[in-house]
Amino acid sequence: AVSVSVVFLPGSVPADLPRRLPYGDVREERVPVSCKSPAVCTARPPRGAWEALRAVPYGDTFLPRLSRVAPGSSVCWQSCLCSQPSLLPLPQGVNVYVGKHRSALVRAGQGLAILHARLQQLLQVVSLTASSIAAALSDRVPDGQLGPDAWRHLKSSLGYEITFSLLNPDPKSHDVDWDIEGAVNHYVQPVLDKLSLVANFSVDSQILYYAVLGVTPRFDKESSSFILSAHSLPHVINPVEARLGSSAASLYPVLNFLLYVPERSHSPLYIQDKDGAPVATNAFHSPRWGGIMIYNVEVPASPQTSLPLHVDVDMLRVMEVFLAQLRLLFGISREELPPEFLVESPGNEGLADWELDRLLWAHALENIATVSTTLTSLAQLLDQISNIVIKDDVASEVYRAVAAAQDAVAELAEGHLHSAFQASKEAVTSSERAFFDPSLLHLLYFPDDQKFAIYIPLFLPMAVPILLSLAKMLREARQNKKEPTKMD
Amino acid sequence: MLAVGLVLLLAAGLGQGTTRGVLREELLLRPLPVGDVAAVFQFRTRWDADLQRGAVSHYRLFPKALGQLVAAHGVRELHLALTQGFWSTQSWGQPPLGAPAGAELWVWFQDTVPDVDKAWKELSNILSGIFCASLNFIDSTNTVTPTASFKPLGVANGTDHRLLRYAVLPREVVCTENLTPWKKLLPCGSKAGLAVLLKAERLFHSSYHSQAVHIRPICRDASCLAVSWELRQTLTVVFDSFTSGQGKKDWSLFKMFSRTLTDACPLASESKVYVDISPKNKEKDLLEVTPTPTSVHEAIVQGDKTTYAVYDLLSPMLFNTSRSLNVQLKWKRPEDSSELSTPIMHAHRYVSGYGLQTGEISTLIYNTHPYRAFPVILLETVPWYLRLYVHTLTIITKGKENKPSYIHYQPAQDRKRPHLLEMLIQLPANSATKITIQFERALLKWTEYPPDPNHGFYVSSSVLSALVPSAIAMKNVNVEESPLFTSLFPSSDGSSYFLRLYTEPLLVNLPTPDFSMPYNVICLTCTVVAVCYGSFYNLLTRTFHVEEPSRGGLAKRLANVIRRLRGVPPI
Repeated sequence: AVSVSVVFLPGSVPADLPRRLPYGDVREERVPVSCKSPAVCTARPPRGAWEALRAVPYGDTFLPRLSRVAPGSSVCWQSCLCSQPSLLPLPQGVNVYVGKHRSALVRAGQGLAILHARLQQLLQVVSLTASSIAAALSDRVPDGQLGPDAWRHLKSSLGYEITFSLLNPDPKSHDVDWDIEGAVNHYVQPVLDKLSLVANFSVDSQILYYAVLGVTPRFDKESSSFILSAHSLPHVINPVEARLGSSAASLYPVLNFLLYVPERSHSPLYIQDKDGAPVATNAFHSPRWGGIMIYNVEVPASPQTSLPLHVDVDMLRVMEVFLAQLRLLFGISREELPPEFLVESPGNEGLADWELDRLLWAHALENIATVSTTLTSLAQLLDQISNIVIKDDVASEVYRAVAAAQDAVAELAEGHLHSAFQASKEAVTSSERAFFDPSLLHLLYFPDDQKFAIYIPLFLPMAVPILLSLAKMLREARQNKKEPTKMD
Repeated sequence: MLAVGLVLLLAAGLGQGTTRGVLREELLLRPLPVGDVAAVFQFRTRWDADLQRGAVSHYRLFPKALGQLVAAHGVRELHLALTQGFWSTQSWGQPPLGAPAGAELWVWFQDTVPDVDKAWKELSNILSGIFCASLNFIDSTNTVTPTASFKPLGVANGTDHRLLRYAVLPREVVCTENLTPWKKLLPCGSKAGLAVLLKAERLFHSSYHSQAVHIRPICRDASCLAVSWELRQTLTVVFDSFTSGQGKKDWSLFKMFSRTLTDACPLASESKVYVDISPKNKEKDLLEVTPTPTSVHEAIVQGDKTTYAVYDLLSPMLFNTSRSLNVQLKWKRPEDSSELSTPIMHAHRYVSGYGLQTGEISTLIYNTHPYRAFPVILLETVPWYLRLYVHTLTIITKGKENKPSYIHYQPAQDRKRPHLLEMLIQLPANSATKITIQFERALLKWTEYPPDPNHGFYVSSSVLSALVPSAIAMKNVNVEESPLFTSLFPSSDGSSYFLRLYTEPLLVNLPTPDFSMPYNVICLTCTVVAVCYGSFYNLLTRTFHVEEPSRGGLAKRLANVIRRLRGVPPI
């Protein structure tokens, strides 16, 4: 549930607002999610609820007050309404201004109906929508119902590993160096600090030499450059991935960000999109895997320059792209804003409070769905093998998972995002521990059909006389029918 | 005092090292006495960063997978060798870097590691994933903690042997799938530098193949206030050039690897090929190396004066005349006397006895030095299913009993840990020492037998570590400058050098049950039961009645036919 408190500025109180304040109004909206397993369908769709608290007679002082709204444990939105354009520092044509924290300025007309509509729009932007729920549950929704965006988001996990790799396929010509430590501290760490509520992150980097893309780029005579077309991008990653190596230290999913400095014989290299236009960032991302950026080295004018050419990577340019890709992979992109909306830039943290809320929400939802699937398949396994032994610790893990999942659902309904997310994380951990317990290995149990196979040497010879006599009886019965009662 | 000297040399050798790390690649080609050729590759990556703190996560030349492993599991030193074949010391001389057949892993952990056994288990599992080897079969039944044989090779403050774990898997087969991940750890991969020669189909078509990874901390500078980490990747291969070269002992890089060298790895700060051209039997100019080497280097390696022809791939002169380097070695006239200079120390091991109940393991250690005795540490690891009778342990030298000055014996526990026997034995000059111990073969549970149990069970090689007296007084040579492994085992003083030898692995037959027996029994009993059941069933269900013979047998019918022909009425 999202509760929105509305603060009216002087002179902006709608005429048809009831006199008695605070005045509340609850809107409920159901999001249809068709599911494979019925257990998942209990996921609550979000409801919009708002209440007008009071009409405040504050003048210009509302802005500092608004930003002080505590980042409490429950989602609480504050909106300011104003009908007098002069009072709000908003540009012309912008009616809703969404702040960095959980607050927004809304310019509404005199009627309550317009206010309703604006708030509805606001909730659409800042809270979970049908599509983001579908994306969170993408694994459990039948295929064909989801857009391509739904597959992009990383699955919820307790932690992520972020690996930056610099690919230098031509160390003879380019001596590439990057200040990755500084860049990570400057640009990535603030975002990750903000995201640390959602999961644990670890960052590392490596330089790989002689790592080439799987596609030979096409030479374009007009621009005298090399072109990677959009349809060949899917083939780029595979040979590179063999070199990336997996992490030895943890089992968390890895996010790969590759910076590719093309060979001297293949530079400059540009990516073309489907229409044939060059991609401005010269980068692309692969859903649930990471992103690749191509970094062209300026070829010096004089051919006499001694090789290898020393290259210092401009980390600001690179990290802009990688951070944008990181946001995309976590599903915190700003999608289809209505035209009269303006969103405040989140600044160095790269992430607004309400975006984090939305992420927490989606992940909690996904965790709960994961728990229910895991426990369902565990139950199916128990149905399949009747003599499986459930140890006490496995049982207690299952109980704990169910309790935590119920807890998470309840907290989510209350709007306590943080505690709901924590509970859902516990539920996932417990359910996974129960499911992957080594004592529950399917192969440990001797299947029944093989027991029968062992006793075939007994059953087969015993069956022969029985079958023979059955055949004989049949034959006799048929003969008896043919010549009825020929008694002496 | 020597350590300080070593440190000084290290600093001198690597003064240009930056935080980016230094890569040095070397290849040593050594003609072996019997006509084989040994090629030893070594890739040294040195990184001036402290892996231990876990703060480092940005890797450049050092491979990330290994770096993370070292940081995550508190590894102080790691040595992994995967070997196919057996280095026969007697005919090939002392190995440049010994390794037992199969897989060998020994690790020193930091004293901050809370549970060494757990870290060891996790480490071996991860290494098994990295190198595609069955190192995950390392468990408590083949892990030992030697007390004296293995000392840290890097900077170490304390040698508490409880932080050491050692395991050998003699059954492990090494092949291409282990080589590929090993090559992937090299900064240049197999794309440039000396590693282009590492072509799997040639490397495994050889008499001996051993690849290893050594990680150890070394002093960063003379003051040794900070540590650097060193990764050595080595690969030793022995080609049988005599048979493949139509009876000639001549060889070339192209003949052996079917590739030639075209350039150095651009990331390497040193890239050299050494050819061992030391004069044997005081005869000079017996062999001829083409092209002309860039320099000639003399060093004392393993107690012997060695002359190397050096090709520096980084020097621009080398590739001036031709685009590629194909080192060739020709013998000017066929060497008539194939007398072998026997190495100072070599060893053999075999299993004797008859029947499937008891047996005897015998180890023979030879000291061929004419006048000097030296001590050797023998490490035996025997699996628990061979029950050693320690009271039968005898050590006999020149017909007399030889009392070891140190014995450490840890008895096995069934299904938990192996026998560990470590002894310090004095080898008198020009002698052969025979060590025998009897054992009884245990019966395993039927699920404990590996696939194909009649092949036998491997017992890992025993390890001999010794300070062998050198033939020539060794000067305090520049360790860092001399090729290959001399810097891994620095000599303690001028008169002896460290040598580690591995004996042959043993193959022991255990009493093996007939695994199809239970099924045979089931089949047999079932058949008997079924036959009985069938006859009973017939007896109970059939009705019996007397039947009049209607037409008689065949003879009667035949007689009737004849009678009819004769015109006589039938019977």
